[in-house]
Amino acid sequence: MSDVKRIETPLTQEKLKTLKAGDNVLLSGVIYTGRDAAHKKMVEALEQGLELPFAMKDQVIYFVGPTPAKEGQVIGSAGPTTSGRMDAYSPKLIAQGLTGMIGKGLRSPEVIDAMKEHGAVYFGAIGGAGALIAKRIVSAEVIAYPELGPEAVRRLVVKDFPAIVIIDQEGTNLYESGKARYRTV
Amino acid sequence: MKEIHVDEIISAIRTLCMEANYNLSSDIMTGFQSALKSESSPLGLEVLERLIENADIAHKEQVPMCQDTGMAVLFVEIGQDLHIAGGNLTDALNEGVRQGYEQGFLRKSVVKDPFDRVNTGDNTPAIIHYDIVPGEALRLIVAPKGFGSENMGGLKMCKPSEGLAGAMDFVVDTVDRAGGNPCPPIIVGVGVGGTMEKSTFLAKKALLREVGIHNQDERLANIEKELLERINRLGIGPQGFGGLTTALAVNLEVYPTHIAGMPVSVNIGCHATRHKEITLQGRESK
Repeated sequence: MSDVKRIETPLTQEKLKTLKAGDNVLLSGVIYTGRDAAHKKMVEALEQGLELPFAMKDQVIYFVGPTPAKEGQVIGSAGPTTSGRMDAYSPKLIAQGLTGMIGKGLRSPEVIDAMKEHGAVYFGAIGGAGALIAKRIVSAEVIAYPELGPEAVRRLVVKDFPAIVIIDQEGTNLYESGKARYRTV
Repeated sequence: MKEIHVDEIISAIRTLCMEANYNLSSDIMTGFQSALKSESSPLGLEVLERLIENADIAHKEQVPMCQDTGMAVLFVEIGQDLHIAGGNLTDALNEGVRQGYEQGFLRKSVVKDPFDRVNTGDNTPAIIHYDIVPGEALRLIVAPKGFGSENMGGLKMCKPSEGLAGAMDFVVDTVDRAGGNPCPPIIVGVGVGGTMEKSTFLAKKALLREVGIHNQDERLANIEKELLERINRLGIGPQGFGGLTTALAVNLEVYPTHIAGMPVSVNIGCHATRHKEITLQGRESK
């Protein structure tokens, strides 16, 4: 099995430099959730000069909309959603200091350019492994947009959250290199 | 004439919604296990192991495998000699979905209007496909469909001159473009022929077939095998991290079509492609 890097949030520029596409990472500390509707609201807030639900500097956003928690659960199943739908918004948050995104699937050239310009990485969590990932979430608290239900912004504390570095701050992309390595067509 | 009361239908749908979301089908688990033997990418192997662990946790704790518990797609086969008693069948099916998603702690992922996008709050309405069949029974299939994979499907109204080769290229290209988005290893449903909507329906229905079971027509089975081999040579691998296991199965269904056309539809199912079913037998009406 590949070596594992343990990373604590906040994700500073110094820590970013140690992360390369293809790295197997276990994240611990505070991360924030947000998906389609929350991203739309956050970017609208920025444009109106309003305060964001949390300061973006050195923070990590996890693209997720969990299932409702059963009694005794911290959170319901909580795997990543497709990141491409956040492409329209991510560059604006990266420009505010966001240094990490966790999701699944392809990103646009605009997002990758912003990551290279400001310093940010894109992690892949295992899509569909919602029950497993929920076990690595120690606490969850809605901090903004509760009216959005599963799409509300949550502050999560995670312990050994499994992720893979898909795109590093130099723009190296595991989706391209990994596919090329095993492609025989 | 025999009959089934809507209360029995509501209860059955409620249970199927939960079971489909909590319990990975054994055919897919078998697919994971055999992929563990053939996959050579270290990250790919790790993904497969974690998916097996995820399915175990979901089953033991009776929680959803994936947070996208889907839009509820229902296939309903109604015996033509059966009477549905006590209410409207469509209402009963939707009530079953409502209760299943609420009581089963499943995510409500349906918006009432595609433009305004306000959540309906109970995961209804379901997508219901009715079929009238001989007999006095009611077959209910619940196939919750997540949209990470649904969004990556495609339809091409191929020209007949493109032939089988053109149809196969479209299927492989669609999977290639999808990359890691639909949560590979995927199940690829392919529908060819009929009209535009018939081909997409066939592609969706093809996802109900178990992994490892080929089309009974040997010619079509061979096309499935060739497509699977081509797709697994794309290198996408589990979760798109690179590897040999991009798809566990390609299921192809065909239908007669028009002299001027060859619709080809691809509906992609994620590694948690879900479907559970029950057949209710009608009772003598009192």
